[in-house]
Amino acid sequence: MAKVFERPKALADVVTHYCPGCTHGIIHRLVAEAIDDLGILDRTIGVAPVGCAVLAYNYFECDMQEAAHGRAPAVCTGIKRVRPEAIVFSYQGDGDLASIGAGEIVHAAARGENITVIFVNNGIYGMTGGQMAPTTLVGHKTTTSPYGRDPKLQGYPVRIAEMLATLDGPAYIERVAVYTPQLVMKAKQAIKRAFANQVEGKGFSLIEVLSTCPTNWGMAPVDALKRVANEMVPYYPLGVYKDIDAKGEDK
Amino acid sequence: MPKVTFREDRCKGCELCVSVCPRKIIVMSEGMNKKGFHYATITDQSKCLACAFCARMCPDAVIEVEK
Amino acid sequence: MGEKILMKGNEAIGEAAIKAGCRHFFGYPITPQNELPEYMARRLPEVGGAMVQAESEIAAINMVYGAAGAGVRVMTSSSSPGISLKQEGISYIAGAELPCVIVNMVRGGPGLGGIQPAQGDYWQATRGGGHGDYRVLVLAPAGIQEMVDVVQDAFDLADKYRNPVMILGDGMMGQMMEPVMFRDEAVTKLPEKDWATTGTRHHPGRRNVINSLYLQPDRLEEHNDHLQRKYAEIEANEVRYEEVDVEGAELVVAAYGTTARIVRSAMEAAKQAGLRVGLIRPITLWPFPVEPFERAAEHAKAFLSVEMSAGQMVEDVRLAVNGKKSVHFYGRTGGMVPTPEAVLAKFKEILGGEA
Repeated sequence: MAKVFERPKALADVVTHYCPGCTHGIIHRLVAEAIDDLGILDRTIGVAPVGCAVLAYNYFECDMQEAAHGRAPAVCTGIKRVRPEAIVFSYQGDGDLASIGAGEIVHAAARGENITVIFVNNGIYGMTGGQMAPTTLVGHKTTTSPYGRDPKLQGYPVRIAEMLATLDGPAYIERVAVYTPQLVMKAKQAIKRAFANQVEGKGFSLIEVLSTCPTNWGMAPVDALKRVANEMVPYYPLGVYKDIDAKGEDK
Repeated sequence: MPKVTFREDRCKGCELCVSVCPRKIIVMSEGMNKKGFHYATITDQSKCLACAFCARMCPDAVIEVEK
Repeated sequence: MGEKILMKGNEAIGEAAIKAGCRHFFGYPITPQNELPEYMARRLPEVGGAMVQAESEIAAINMVYGAAGAGVRVMTSSSSPGISLKQEGISYIAGAELPCVIVNMVRGGPGLGGIQPAQGDYWQATRGGGHGDYRVLVLAPAGIQEMVDVVQDAFDLADKYRNPVMILGDGMMGQMMEPVMFRDEAVTKLPEKDWATTGTRHHPGRRNVINSLYLQPDRLEEHNDHLQRKYAEIEANEVRYEEVDVEGAELVVAAYGTTARIVRSAMEAAKQAGLRVGLIRPITLWPFPVEPFERAAEHAKAFLSVEMSAGQMVEDVRLAVNGKKSVHFYGRTGGMVPTPEAVLAKFKEILGGEA
């Protein structure tokens, strides 16, 4: 019998701390699959964020560094500049990347650092208990926007993929989602390409993955997937925002 | 015949696999695993298409599919 | 050994770092230390390295974290307000036990302060500076040759103890030109960096993780106990200082860096006037040289700390003298540099009063 699907080798064989149904687990697995497919595990160095994925350094079978909140792109820059032969990636949530680390991600992208960034956007601070994120949708209730996000008080959610795509530095930026098996496969291809770009020296690649937070959204995991499709995708459209290999086809 | 294996002790009972199975042959168990979750399990192996949708949606890499 | 060449302090630091094997520098512009990153931007590409100008001091120190974690010798520099921004990263670097060298060309504060020489960052430098129980080795050279020597020493100490090392200078030290000579190569035998994240192909069968997070309180305490044991070892082995005319001195002065040079001038004049004044010049501000003060307290009548601050190191002098003799203070702030005349007047005031 042939294996149709098995656990990727780059994913550590441990139980994660993620809540039931949290799609961080799927995204971790896709990163590990991409690393396996490209055969780069023994030269990959990952950088974990602060947030729900803070313990990501326990979940990948490569060398890892745990960064301060938001600083993963700077840490990646430090590693990549001194070890150009290494494959360096950061795995960051929306609070980490789009709020406290907005400066670091913009400038790593602007410099065109030859790194891979996996940006997990679930529109909430999960680890700290469900506070409003820079990506929380208008009207969404969180513990710090208990009446729903009101643009007059709390401004508007940030579209990272679109924003970074305006820069000349990045090679490849795509927004994907993981709420159906078909989209999971598509996300896998995007993540794999983001790593392959680095192997080929093409420069900065970022994949924004729309994700869920069943616990802090107060939803069953299956309903949380539906919320991504019905509420997040209209504000955060899926697609390729920057691709230096497909001139004229950028959104 | 396709074979689906669940590492039941790793299941967190989120039911994402149940929701995507085209043959509706995945159910949540009556009993609990040692973590206290009702775990996912397969009812009729012979109906499986080996599409691996369940495995792709599983956040905990619980499922392995062979054909 | 090479020949003597005339160099500016900031540039001498850069060349000394390169001689010590540093090939990567991460910085952000701030006065008065810009000559150092500028020198590195010119020089590092010539030796196969690179200077990266970061978007902020915060980014620069986190680039240092990444590079140090990847196992290479790495340096950053800044001046007071920029060092404040770097403190987050320095705490993480200390927590994750990464070796690196941080240069602080101190300017007047608080806040934006000024751009003239000051020593108001003594507390920040010697007390860790960021959050948590940690220490940074602090080296305070008082001349350009010593600056070169401490840079090479700093990299060795950082690697030996897996700890950040800070070189504390000031605008005057950075701008001053003096003849210097470089050591050709590092002679110290240092431990292998088998902990570094270099990719598992370089250490098969073992996954390296750079981290300062310990969610279990007992594990975090264990980590802190380990750090404290390391700091105790540093205190026991790495104290560096210079003594001048301390034996038989009635007044023993404590001063470091630029201020120590001014005190030396005042001491010459004091000698002419028949005053017996000695100097203890700490080269390591942490670990602080407690022992020479304990010895001097046996015979000196009084102590004086001279600083370009409102009185920071004087607290360490008091702790070292431990109430045995009176400890006086003279300082200027805001970039005002004490004059030898004013320091001499202070000597006379103290000795006159004690006599």
